[in-house]
Amino acid sequence: MSPATILPEANVVDAANRRRAVLIVVVCTLIIPAAQYLIKLGANQLAAQKLALHQTGSVSLVAAMMGIFTNPTIFAGYCLYGVFTVLFIYALRHGELSILYPLISLAYVWVAIIAVVALHESMNPLKLIGIAIIMAGVTVLGRGGK
Amino acid sequence: MTTPFSSIALVLVGSLIGSLGAIFLKSGANALSRDWKSIAFNWKLAVGVATYLLSSVLFVKGMSNGELSVLFPMVSVGYICTLVWSRLFFNEQITRAKLAGVGLILVGIVFLGLGNAQ
Repeated sequence: MSPATILPEANVVDAANRRRAVLIVVVCTLIIPAAQYLIKLGANQLAAQKLALHQTGSVSLVAAMMGIFTNPTIFAGYCLYGVFTVLFIYALRHGELSILYPLISLAYVWVAIIAVVALHESMNPLKLIGIAIIMAGVTVLGRGGK
Repeated sequence: MTTPFSSIALVLVGSLIGSLGAIFLKSGANALSRDWKSIAFNWKLAVGVATYLLSSVLFVKGMSNGELSVLFPMVSVGYICTLVWSRLFFNEQITRAKLAGVGLILVGIVFLGLGNAQ
């Protein structure tokens, strides 16, 4: 007799909860490219502001810290991450961290697309291969948790 | 090279710090109940958020000088750290498959770096 026939109800509820946790995390991955796009735009603004003040060097840690709270674009990006985090914490209650965390790898595809289409960044075969291998690695990591 | 090494280093270190945040969030989430106090007085969730903030500062600084398509995938280094923390703090097993995943992520990051240098 398998464990499933001994405790059918508990197993069904558990499986449903785990499926729901996975679904929530997949929806979460759509929030990430939007958030990353806003954070990148805002970070570019910080660099441009520094340049406008004729300051040399890169954006300081303090300026980056201030930027998160005072630059509306970066702030909006992190608000989206807040939404993401609340959903993710909820999902974590029903699943293993090492399974749910790697699922976010779907976001690499969306981020690569938004980087090329909206930010006009360069794309080449080596970068594409790198992104694909990272996604494979993250997926294998997740499978390894089972 | 469109993304300087300094930006890559900032994002990698930020990801390591961020992975610690995930551990605190998981630990804090385990203690959640319907009672609002389980959120308000949950120090582990607070530490998790603070750790994410520090990681975000490094990320924004790195992002101010470089490409999103190179820097964002580098965050995957955090998964490798998460694997180590999960073993240490939650006693989750490190299987051969997980080690293979770690290897793939590292190879992927090298390819990204090569693509960036092109």
